[in-house]
Amino acid sequence: MKSLVPILTIVGAILLIWVLAVVPMNMHLTADQAQRDGLAVSPETPAERQGYSGLGLSIANPALVGLTYTLDRPRLPSPHQVAGEMWETIALRNITSRQSLVYHGWVTLSATLLGFAIGTTLGILLAVGIVHNRAMDMSVMPWAIASQTIPILALAPMIIVMMGSIGIQGLLPKAVISAYLSFFPVVVGMVKGLRSPDAMQMDLLRTYYASSAQAFWKLRLPASLPYLFASFKIGISAALVGAIVAELPTGARAGFGARMLVGDQYGQPLVTWAALFAAAITAAVLVGLFAAMERLTLRRMGMAQA
Amino acid sequence: MNMAIISALAIWGLGWFVNARLAASHAAQNPAVRLLVPAIFGLTLLIMWEMLVRMLGISPIILPAPSAIADRFGNSLPMLWADFEQTIIKGAMTGYIIGAVCAFGVAILADRSDFLTRGILPVGGFMAALPIVGIAPIFVKWLGSDWQSKAAVVAVMVFFPILVNIVAGLRDTSAMQRDLMRTYGAGYWQTLFKLRLPAAMPFIFNGLKIATTLALIGAIVAEFFGSPTVGMGFRISTSVGRLALDMVWAEIVVAAIAGSTIYGAVAWIEGRVTFWHPSQRK
Repeated sequence: MKSLVPILTIVGAILLIWVLAVVPMNMHLTADQAQRDGLAVSPETPAERQGYSGLGLSIANPALVGLTYTLDRPRLPSPHQVAGEMWETIALRNITSRQSLVYHGWVTLSATLLGFAIGTTLGILLAVGIVHNRAMDMSVMPWAIASQTIPILALAPMIIVMMGSIGIQGLLPKAVISAYLSFFPVVVGMVKGLRSPDAMQMDLLRTYYASSAQAFWKLRLPASLPYLFASFKIGISAALVGAIVAELPTGARAGFGARMLVGDQYGQPLVTWAALFAAAITAAVLVGLFAAMERLTLRRMGMAQA
Repeated sequence: MNMAIISALAIWGLGWFVNARLAASHAAQNPAVRLLVPAIFGLTLLIMWEMLVRMLGISPIILPAPSAIADRFGNSLPMLWADFEQTIIKGAMTGYIIGAVCAFGVAILADRSDFLTRGILPVGGFMAALPIVGIAPIFVKWLGSDWQSKAAVVAVMVFFPILVNIVAGLRDTSAMQRDLMRTYGAGYWQTLFKLRLPAAMPFIFNGLKIATTLALIGAIVAEFFGSPTVGMGFRISTSVGRLALDMVWAEIVVAAIAGSTIYGAVAWIEGRVTFWHPSQRK
């Protein structure tokens, strides 16, 4: 808990920079708006104002600084505007409404969770196979490791279209993308985890005349848990990114990705920013959930790191 | 239909049989065999893919055959090169370098204060887990659709993992080692350059390696939100729209080659810089 003050300081500093940046970022828009409303603006034509930087214009028009925080369509919304938009679309709308971020969040989250479940199950099964079969290890493992260096996310638009043209739409294509994004980290982490018992521990089980199934359940699997949880945390955030990106190029009508795109295309930056922060909070909650499960499990097993 | 599946399974069985024999043989420790086995596995998959597509008559708008992809790749080299230049060199590499330099600067500045380090580690780790690629539409709006906005997205994406690794690495010296430097009368900067930075290198390279993939993802995905008429993300999204899937696959091949080459380059430099580290021992 002694890190709490430093963490809050850093977060506070980031917020402060953000709040300060709002003024110069929005100044040109504010000045145009103020002129239309009949206020005095110091270089009088928009063409002259183009020659100024945002900061220069702010210094020339100190009276307009307050107005930069109240634009309807700001270039950079201030934190309170984003928070207001989020409050409105999360708490004040009916959650079945298309206006509700909870609705859009659920669309993305359900694809993420389904894909994550598929991806981790397959990943764990493959890892078990790799650890027990030498041919599989030598054939598959180099590819699984290489896949970590490749931007496989680029496959996302194609998978949507591919599955669309054989008649599969909606949740499943997004889940497939989430699944393969969470699949490889789990394979690599789980193989490392299942191999983490050292030779001495394996030898002990051999002197007990334990079968390889017994060695798996009593030693390898428990020993792999710290690695598995680390992979889960990487996998779930990859799965969420996958589901969001899957919504982008295909004109999906619901989901965080769709909200970002809508805000982008219809010039409603607040919608984009609210969706972005809601996605970030979702990711944080998911990763936090796995971190909590990790702590609980490892403590029960006596493996918690101090 | 049955013929196709049976022959595909036969190819699979053959490839598997060869690999199982190789893995069980004494040659399995041979480095050439260690490369050969995954190569045979990959080749088996490619042949099965080609056979199934041809024998089942799968439409190229669902899944083009590998030969068709290779054909498209060979015929569009100038276009693929232009896309590569736009996305990888201008977008991803520029952003990667900017992000890494900024992360390094912030890490060195924060390093003087234990208070800041304790704040930056958890906040940076938290930020690194967020779907930062979502800022792409915002940056495209701010910086225009050319490579500058992609570089900015990439810079933000790679910043946090690199920052966290540098800060963590700079804390990775023991009190004994730092005491030794103090008995030598070394100042802060001397200790930094002669002890703590070299000791942090394995961490720093870990961050740099994670960031290579992120950089490519950021540059490609940011182009889905708007780009000039060149670039890998642009080509992927327009080719998907025109159902020219062979082109999409060709771009993915380019992305795969670029990704593994850049990763390999960083890993190679790592081997040169951290030759003293146990993990580099042959």
